[in-house]
Amino acid sequence: MNAPDGRRAAASRTRADTVAVWLRGGLLVIFLAVLVALPLTAGAFELRLANLVGMYGLVVLGLVLLTGYGGLASLGQAAFVGSGAYTAAILASRFGLNPWLSIVAGVLLSLVLAWLIGLVTLRLKGHYLALATLAWGLVITGVLRNWMGVTGGNTGFGSATGNRIPPLTFLGEELRGDRVYFILVWGCVLLALWLLSNLLRSRTGRAIKSLRTGAIAAASFGVDVQRTKMITFLIAAGLAAVAGGLHTYRELFIVPGLAGLNASIDYLIMAVIGGLTSIWGALAGAGIFVLLKEQLQQWLPRIVGRTGNYEIIAFGFILILVLQYARRGLVPMLDSLLPRMPPRPVKHDAAPLPAREVDRSPGALLELRGVTRSFGGLTAVNDLSFAVERGSIVGLIGPNGAGKTTAFNLITGVLSPDSGSITFNGAAIGSRAPHRIAALGLARTFQHLNLNPGMSLIENVALGAYARTRSGLLGGMLGLDHAEEESVRSEAVRHLRRVGLDEDPHARADSLPLGKVRLLEVARALMADPVLLLLDEPAAGLRRHEKEDLKRLVRNLKADGVTVLLVEHDMDVVMDLVDTLVVMNHGNKLAEGPPAVVRHDPAVIEAYLGREVA
Amino acid sequence: MFDIPLILLFEGLTNGAIYALMALGIVVLYSVTGVINVAQGEFVMLSALSVASLLAGQVPGTVYLVVAGLVLWAVYDVIARLRAGQPLRALVAAVVPLAVAAATYLVVVLAAGANLPYLALILLAVALTTLLGPICYRVIIQPLPRASVLVFLIMTIGLHLALTGLGLAFWGPQPYTIPPFQRGGVRFGAVYLDGQDLWLFGISALLLVGLWFFFGRTLWGKALRAAAVNRLGARLSGISVVKAGSVAFTLSVFLSAVAGVLITPITKMVYDFGFMLGLKGFVGAIIGGLANPAIAVLGALFVGVAEQFSAFYISSAYKDVLVFLLIIPVLLMRSLQHLDFEEHVE
Repeated sequence: MNAPDGRRAAASRTRADTVAVWLRGGLLVIFLAVLVALPLTAGAFELRLANLVGMYGLVVLGLVLLTGYGGLASLGQAAFVGSGAYTAAILASRFGLNPWLSIVAGVLLSLVLAWLIGLVTLRLKGHYLALATLAWGLVITGVLRNWMGVTGGNTGFGSATGNRIPPLTFLGEELRGDRVYFILVWGCVLLALWLLSNLLRSRTGRAIKSLRTGAIAAASFGVDVQRTKMITFLIAAGLAAVAGGLHTYRELFIVPGLAGLNASIDYLIMAVIGGLTSIWGALAGAGIFVLLKEQLQQWLPRIVGRTGNYEIIAFGFILILVLQYARRGLVPMLDSLLPRMPPRPVKHDAAPLPAREVDRSPGALLELRGVTRSFGGLTAVNDLSFAVERGSIVGLIGPNGAGKTTAFNLITGVLSPDSGSITFNGAAIGSRAPHRIAALGLARTFQHLNLNPGMSLIENVALGAYARTRSGLLGGMLGLDHAEEESVRSEAVRHLRRVGLDEDPHARADSLPLGKVRLLEVARALMADPVLLLLDEPAAGLRRHEKEDLKRLVRNLKADGVTVLLVEHDMDVVMDLVDTLVVMNHGNKLAEGPPAVVRHDPAVIEAYLGREVA
Repeated sequence: MFDIPLILLFEGLTNGAIYALMALGIVVLYSVTGVINVAQGEFVMLSALSVASLLAGQVPGTVYLVVAGLVLWAVYDVIARLRAGQPLRALVAAVVPLAVAAATYLVVVLAAGANLPYLALILLAVALTTLLGPICYRVIIQPLPRASVLVFLIMTIGLHLALTGLGLAFWGPQPYTIPPFQRGGVRFGAVYLDGQDLWLFGISALLLVGLWFFFGRTLWGKALRAAAVNRLGARLSGISVVKAGSVAFTLSVFLSAVAGVLITPITKMVYDFGFMLGLKGFVGAIIGGLANPAIAVLGALFVGVAEQFSAFYISSAYKDVLVFLLIIPVLLMRSLQHLDFEEHVE
């Protein structure tokens, strides 16, 4: 690219950026202006709907985080709305608790309930959470309907049934009526939007976003997947319970249907319509749902000629059709039509992340002793023993199905061995969870790519630093992680440059060709500042000069004191790089030694390289 | 002194047999296609209420669903053929579903006015409802060959909503009943078994044995099992994943449809009652880990019995609550079993 062309491209990019800032900024200003104008000008009916949208929106925000980003579905969000609402109502009415505190109590109780459900389901496959929350919703509604003495049963709970719920008060003023309430509801919505968008940009957010697309990769970089799932589920349940508390004090009367399955399904419909991967989609979905339901409830009974909730027919078909033809939902689709916001520039002078001290003492860094693992009748790895010397490059080779990747999975904790021991840096890691092994300084790449295609290169690489960084959930939500994030981003760009991917660090990962994606995996692994780097077929799909670059990179890493264990089919790469070769066949170790020796081992030649021509 | 437990046991087994048919349908469908069908129970309602309509000499709304679905099927097939650049085949593709639609409509309309014997109406209603199986598969599932379990799950929630709403529109909110297949009954000590109970046990048992034979001995059954174990491998050995999915969906809908005509003479049927039956089938299926049909059937029977006992000895108001709470210890047990990290990641 010559200079004038480059300048022109840069100029047009600047122009697009300006348009994007104005367009998107304009939309945000309009949204905020409407929020300010509504309580001043709108009628009672419009305000009622707006408050409904806000309260639904809170629940759906949680669902978007849980389902759209975390890949976990809940069919029982309304149950948490119900437990939040009823706890608040009962505590304030029966026990005279301050209404504000009663909302907090409702949220806390809902969190405890969600935690218990999470405990029994989050270790299982994703759809078990959906089924468990579905059942939980039925349990909660059953209790609310039948525990007459406490909940008022089917007739509901509130003044009309002799249980007076005191209104919320602020500075002595009662918060009654939709106009005042609008400020409270939408204040909460804006706060939730701000917290969630901060969260999604943060270290914890990257972990949450990796749950759906690559939980194994996330765990391999130190993410405690169970804990992250739990956090996501709790945030969703907490938001639902807040909405429940708000609902209680708006109506001062609540019914069990609030917690029912139909309500849970409504929230799901809103999330799907608005777009499961967009926090703005949550609000759009809630808005469209409320307006559409209003219209359908007027028109459909006239068509059928009988009263009834026929709108569910329409919503049922809408759900199916949206998933078939517009699966991303409304807001993400509109979002892709607008020009992209310019990425936040990377501060190259940010403080570096703390680096590990390099240990160059001789001895084995990784040692496998008699490791065996079978799947049903198939023994994938059988009595495997070998050691990786600190500071060396060891190649693990063998024909397809020899058990190399299983060995990688055993070392990284994705699988646990049936017998045998694995020691890393003096610690027995055989039965440890992947994220705890990663924290010891072990990083890997994946043969079957395991990146988040929707995140930028920078974000994908940044996940690699998870175990090295500290920012927690709260810090991320409140935006207190700026300094650390700047360090992470600048180091991510450095590693991208190291593997030759620094042309556009803000591009999405799915815009890269296959070979380059492998390099992205390598950059992410480097981001972990590993003591031991496990590379699973890094050269597959690379061109000749890229392979040369890769070899140079691995040699440089060795010079920096990183130990490398390499699975690779490209013999050229392997023979050039490694100090020691371990050859596997049918799960067994066939040979071990310097490449020059192994190369002439008759067993290896026969099993792997083919019979040598005399 | 064992009279009451014995009566409860048989009542429980009656319901449990129905849940077992649901659970079996759920497990078969999930294993083969990855679809968790939340709308499993809606087909119970459709077949039962179709019988009620036919008995009253009316055309059941189900037929409009079938016709509309088949028209949509034709449209999908024509579009697929045209896209593949085969205009002649497009014409042929349209003919088959449309002909089936016309024939179904004619048969049902004629049958509704023809004063047919009860058994014929039952068979017709079951067949009509079962037709919805391949239709649902073609129209809802097949267009998304690579969707995740989660997407399918949400889509069948849509199906549940649509079918429930249509049930309300076709039949209204009132309960319907249909006569038992046979009057009279048998007494075993304290337990009096209605003729319908015997039919229910007999046909359920027959279906279980039939399915066991189908999956264990026939080529089709083995192909389905192969598709359940490994979809790619099945395709490589010449099994059409689409066909396997369609057969699995049809089979599971058929089981629901039969359940509908078996249970309605005992319990009556309302437009939203099928859903509850389906959910209790889910509890049984979850006990079987959504994978093991035999344990799912036993689990479903257990759900039926537990429901009766808890209704009698603990509280009839809380019997549903207790049934759905059952899945918590089941899931806990599964969670505590030693699992590789890889296994709980989808």
